[in-house]
Amino acid sequence: MLTHAFPADLKLDVRGLALARGGRAVLKDVSFTVCGGEALLVTGPNGAGKSTLLRALAGLLAPASGEIALSGGGAREVPVQAHYIGHAEAMKSALSARENLAFWAQMLGEGDGLAPQAALERFSLPRVADLPVGWLSAGQKRRVALARLLVAPRPVWLLDEPATALDAAALAGFARLMSGHLAAGGLIVAATHAPLGLAGARELRLEGAP
Amino acid sequence: MSSALLALFRREIRLARRIGGGGAMGVVFFLIMVTIVPFAIGPDLNLLARIGPAILWIAALLATLLGLDRLFQADHEDGSLDLLQMADLPLELVVAVKCLAHWAVTCLPLVAAAPVFGLMLALEGPALAGVTASLLVGTPALAFIGAIGAALTVSLRRGGLLMAILVLPFTVPVLIFGVSAASAAGGGTVPFATPFLVLCALTLASAALAPFAAAAALRGGD
Repeated sequence: MLTHAFPADLKLDVRGLALARGGRAVLKDVSFTVCGGEALLVTGPNGAGKSTLLRALAGLLAPASGEIALSGGGAREVPVQAHYIGHAEAMKSALSARENLAFWAQMLGEGDGLAPQAALERFSLPRVADLPVGWLSAGQKRRVALARLLVAPRPVWLLDEPATALDAAALAGFARLMSGHLAAGGLIVAATHAPLGLAGARELRLEGAP
Repeated sequence: MSSALLALFRREIRLARRIGGGGAMGVVFFLIMVTIVPFAIGPDLNLLARIGPAILWIAALLATLLGLDRLFQADHEDGSLDLLQMADLPLELVVAVKCLAHWAVTCLPLVAAAPVFGLMLALEGPALAGVTASLLVGTPALAFIGAIGAALTVSLRRGGLLMAILVLPFTVPVLIFGVSAASAAGGGTVPFATPFLVLCALTLASAALAPFAAAAALRGGD
């Protein structure tokens, strides 16, 4: 589905990771390995540290101890090889969907991704490209944010509740895109409560601090 | 890398134009400040001409602070700041570009309006030129110093006032040398070049140091 192929020997290695927020320990001794073509679903109750783990993987939160290493695809660290879809859409409501996506394509990619219009079509949003994002519904905004994954190809997708506000058809479409990404050799770490429709994904269950 | 920085600069300008509260608002605020002063101190033209450069500088300082609290806060709230940190660019450069864009949107219109507003304060030709030149080279320092305060208060919902309290003391040297350069141009014992060159140095130093301080504050903010 994606024309882009990522390095074959891609591997995300997390060893003995401990995370704290505001001086309070959130996660202790988390270890896992995800290779290219694999998906890891991070599950657990609210407050278990799923979002914190993803933020740490994205390089937005310094680990208290342990290490996060990405091998393969050149000796570059995780943040510049990863997409992070968080709770906020990172879209400016005053700019159109096309302007937002074109901006992120230049900031996060090297001009080798899909054009904004083509990426929006993959998410069944062909007609909203020139509307300000502030006018769109929550589900449409989320789909525009997900289209960012396609305008700037990066091998690691860090998805925090990506299915929020998506309808069943959009979710199925997104599951196909995720499968395409895995087939191209990318890897996905997703925090989720709802099933994402990814066959063969492994699960990391976080129980949370007592 | 340079195309990404250019894209960021263009986005900032475009956002300022679409959302408003940028250039035009700053100029109107500047105008109101300059108009209020003669009402307060009376229509003494000699007095106005003497304190005119100082009034223009204080008005420019306050107008620069107007939109500064949103410099990083808007990006923090909608998640853009997270992604900007994941771009293949040093965060320091991102901060510097955002400061330059903020300067171009809010301060440059003030510099352009300064000669006109100076006339309202009975400034003479050389003093008008002096105050405009000092604002042109001095206001970037205000934007860069302000960025440190904006970065420190990025996650506070009502951080605007705190930011002003943090930033204003550090803008005092810029104000002193800006006003003395502007006054020197209108006559006086000090040559224009002396305070003007110090003002240039303050701008260059803040442009070199502030992006590092602001980027460190943004990284440590989580």
